[in-house]
Amino acid sequence: METKTDISKQPAVASTEIVISIAGLHKSFGSNKVLRDFCLDVKRGESVAVIGKSGSGKSVLIKCIIGLIDPDSGSINVLGNEVTKLDHIKLDRLRVKVAFLFQSNALYDSMTVRENLEFPLRRHWVNTTKEEVDVLVVEALTNVGLAHTIDMMPSELSGGMRKRVALARTLIMKPEIILYDEPTTGLDPITAREISNLMVDIQKKYNTSSIIISHDLNCVKLTANKIVMLIDGKNYAEGKYEELSKSEDEKVKNFYI
Amino acid sequence: MLPKVLNNFFDEMGSISRFGFRFFKEGFVPRYEFREMIRQCYYVGYRSLPLVGLTAFIMGLVITIQSRPTLVEFGAEDWLPKMVSVSLLREITPVITALICAGKIGSGMGAELGSMKVTEQIDAMEVSGTNPFKYLVVTRVFATTLMIPLLAILGDAISLYGAYLGCNIRGVVSWQLYWNQVFETITYGDLIPSVLKTFFFGYAIGVIGCFKGYYSSKGTEGVGQSANSAVVLSSLLIFIIDLLAVQIIDILNLT
Repeated sequence: METKTDISKQPAVASTEIVISIAGLHKSFGSNKVLRDFCLDVKRGESVAVIGKSGSGKSVLIKCIIGLIDPDSGSINVLGNEVTKLDHIKLDRLRVKVAFLFQSNALYDSMTVRENLEFPLRRHWVNTTKEEVDVLVVEALTNVGLAHTIDMMPSELSGGMRKRVALARTLIMKPEIILYDEPTTGLDPITAREISNLMVDIQKKYNTSSIIISHDLNCVKLTANKIVMLIDGKNYAEGKYEELSKSEDEKVKNFYI
Repeated sequence: MLPKVLNNFFDEMGSISRFGFRFFKEGFVPRYEFREMIRQCYYVGYRSLPLVGLTAFIMGLVITIQSRPTLVEFGAEDWLPKMVSVSLLREITPVITALICAGKIGSGMGAELGSMKVTEQIDAMEVSGTNPFKYLVVTRVFATTLMIPLLAILGDAISLYGAYLGCNIRGVVSWQLYWNQVFETITYGDLIPSVLKTFFFGYAIGVIGCFKGYYSSKGTEGVGQSANSAVVLSSLLIFIIDLLAVQIIDILNLT
């Protein structure tokens, strides 16, 4: 039975300003061509979900956007910066404005929740006082409903709590863009829905743009303004959830079964 | 064409060398991660001291007890403090200290960084705009390079005390006579080269441990392999550095 979507949790409407522009992106690993002439534009405030089979290159795509993987060719323009041509210093400055939520959460397990959140702040906002840092950390954790976990270690948290803390860590630098790598994978349906709602709340509150890599159609339906279907390394189909769900194309229909 | 095994070996050696040079390239330009470096020094130095101290004490004691019968045979029992102190200071304590640290610290670094790699924590650091090489590798290599000489010096002192007790198990040597004999024998030519080589031991342990962890792959299995190969390779490298150091000291006539 399909879950009825709460209208208040619909993603916010995007503006016309393009914050991510990808054109002619190619990436291969040996003989395996993962991305072939991939193109995508993301507007400010827009949430774009990229769906596709496992190993289709979705995670590679967002790792190229953040500069973790160098593409073979093509252009990736993020907030007016050509990522492939940035040196390390400029790339680090750009990364402050672009947050990345890892599938595995990637919390630093030798640090407490507080230290995990303080880590990027202490590096980039060096003039911030300890009191200001404390306020920002508590605010970020309150946003995800986990203020009480501030002095706990990541190993003491459940999967859903870790995902929320990781989300709080991505929010703490007030990013303009958030890249989500399978944000609801491995979570139970209730927690997955909570995380999806949280993503919508964050987008509305901070007007962030986002790219969401996911297999979870409920999450995609709730969080995305637009869906891009990545098949054979190309954007095979694009559109709103409802448009694609009515498609007669076999490959598109397979995702909605 | 080189056989595949040799090819892989040279390939790995090249990668380790580049990794080691990158430490010099990135370690001496801002931003400096002092706080993390102090934390690593605490882990490498203070936390390893009990193990290094105990091992050095036992080595001093055992070497003295083992050497006595041979010296007695030649009627040279009086030479025991002299002979043992030179052996311990020049060779045994620095090498044993480095090997202990390779086992304890090198494997720890390989496993910790390997685990961070496979759980994407290193990538998370990079995307947060922090240079993970500086934060994780430079601090650890600095810590091992600075702390292992200190541990070796402390190990020297503790092993000499162990040797004093060893001298007194079968014979009687007063505290003052023992130390007089030790300090009459050892020179700066014994001490300085042996301390200098421990800087290289420390650097090798740090670089190998971090390299193996930083480039770990294949999930949890890879983490185990990283820890294991960090110990094996750094132990081997300690002996190679020691061999080179002996040759250089001999050629330069530093003793």
